[in-house]
Amino acid sequence: MKNRRSFLKLTASTMAAIGSAFAIWPFIDSMNPSADVLALGSKEFDLSNIKKGSSKTVKWRGKPVFIKHRTEQEINEARNVKLTKLKDPQKDEDRVIKPEWLIVVGVCTHLGCIPLGQKKSDIKGDFNGWFCPCHGSHYDSSGRVRKGPAPKNLQIPKYKFIDENKIKVG
Amino acid sequence: MAKKFKNKTLAWLDYRLPIFSVLREALVDHPTPRNLNYWWNFGSLAGITLVIMIVSGLILSMHYVAHVDLAFDSVEHIMRDVNYGWLIRYIHSVGASMFFLIVYIHIARGLYYGSYKSPREVLWWLGIIIFLLMFATAFLGYTLPWGQMSFWGATVITNLFSAIPLVGDNIVTWLLGGFSIDNPTLNRFYSFHYLLPFIIVGVVFLHIIALHKVGSNNPIGIDLTLKKEKIPFHPYYTIKDFFGFGVFFIIFGIFVFFLPNSLGHPNNYIPADPLVTPEHIVPEWYFLPFYAILRAIPFKLLGVLAMLGSILILFVLPWLDTSKVRSCRFRPIYKQFFWIFIFNFIVLGWVGSKVPEGHYLIISRICTTYYFTHFLIILPILGMFEKTLPVPLNIFKNPRVKKNINK
Repeated sequence: MKNRRSFLKLTASTMAAIGSAFAIWPFIDSMNPSADVLALGSKEFDLSNIKKGSSKTVKWRGKPVFIKHRTEQEINEARNVKLTKLKDPQKDEDRVIKPEWLIVVGVCTHLGCIPLGQKKSDIKGDFNGWFCPCHGSHYDSSGRVRKGPAPKNLQIPKYKFIDENKIKVG
Repeated sequence: MAKKFKNKTLAWLDYRLPIFSVLREALVDHPTPRNLNYWWNFGSLAGITLVIMIVSGLILSMHYVAHVDLAFDSVEHIMRDVNYGWLIRYIHSVGASMFFLIVYIHIARGLYYGSYKSPREVLWWLGIIIFLLMFATAFLGYTLPWGQMSFWGATVITNLFSAIPLVGDNIVTWLLGGFSIDNPTLNRFYSFHYLLPFIIVGVVFLHIIALHKVGSNNPIGIDLTLKKEKIPFHPYYTIKDFFGFGVFFIIFGIFVFFLPNSLGHPNNYIPADPLVTPEHIVPEWYFLPFYAILRAIPFKLLGVLAMLGSILILFVLPWLDTSKVRSCRFRPIYKQFFWIFIFNFIVLGWVGSKVPEGHYLIISRICTTYYFTHFLIILPILGMFEKTLPVPLNIFKNPRVKKNINK
């Protein structure tokens, strides 16, 4: 430190910089999700009217959530795949609470489109799950990516079973 | 030094606020190369288009409602109920396309005549910054009508940020103000769409200040040192620019009145549905070459980086091009590479509009590779080995023309 003046200059401008950084924070944070958006964070859904082999799309946090009532065959398909064959290796057991109910966020992990495969008439892709029409990603019956540009498996939202036929997502 | 004004009131005011002498210097007296051709009209054309966009946008904002439940209907209200609303909206939407067309030609002119070379590097940078701001503004504006393409285009583009390692998802949530594109997103996009054009105006002023500091480049690309090589901006170039405006307004008018939707996508007349993605998402035509680069690369993060890099590389272009000669007129080999580059860029735009499968994917990969090869390999090497044609000493002495004009 050369002298008193340069020391004061340095410390004062450092404090000013730190102060400004703190002052900017409220402006930045104001752009984060507001309290009412966060309040919609958890939602309950009834599963009793979803038949085996069919699925339903519900809206949670503005995004579609796929609830799939899987058949024995679909469960077996998902469980008999070698993990080494997967792009984002994860056991089917780790992706479900109850094997017959697969609950995933229905948003392609590539660039956010909604994959097809919820309706009976939809294309389900090469692995009997979902197919994203935007850039051609294929997902299997566990919602894991098998082919295409998507880097990750379909996301699993936080959820729990409140009773036999009811879940709470979020 | 500012010249005195004859009018005493003007002189009094100008002495205290030199606005008139600055304007006179810039728009009347400014010495401009006498040999500029019509490619030099596109700067003023971009300027007038920016003014048209701001004025039409101002009117639209008086009728538009930035709310997910009302936005789409308010746009239809503008189209059907507001007096001349259809005209103003079509001017604004077609104007965006025209703006990009003009700016692409303006940039291509800079590439052809070497306008980015010393001492015009900062002038060139400011231009690229304007170009980037235009991209942001156009993207934000396209979201506002809240049609299917608005919604899903916004989804795909904001998701590009999720490619950032570790904090990507948090950044997306912050940008959206929620967990998906929704009302907070629409509101802030509107806010920024209103702000950015004024920032563009600010950067345009810097662009012009830098231009007037170093002077316009010219078709033969040499530094003009003789006084008689330049002529005052007014009346010579004001009149030429006005003539350019006239020709441009005819083309603009043809689109506004007869082909207003030809440059857009019909899916955007379907209200946004967060639960259904359209089968084929395409951005507006002016984004297509860069969209093709994004999709050419099978890895998410690398694709995003390549797309960004394809524009950012322009910042270092003044140093990548090692040739001392500016204008293509005296660079016979670069001239050919220039046209190959333009062709390659158009092909990129064309594959950008196709589904990225099969041979489209292969073409997009070849073109992406060539795009970067042009800047990173061809330009640096060419500057060292190309045998350039003799460059004239001044405008009046062209070694290629036997009989020179004697002035």
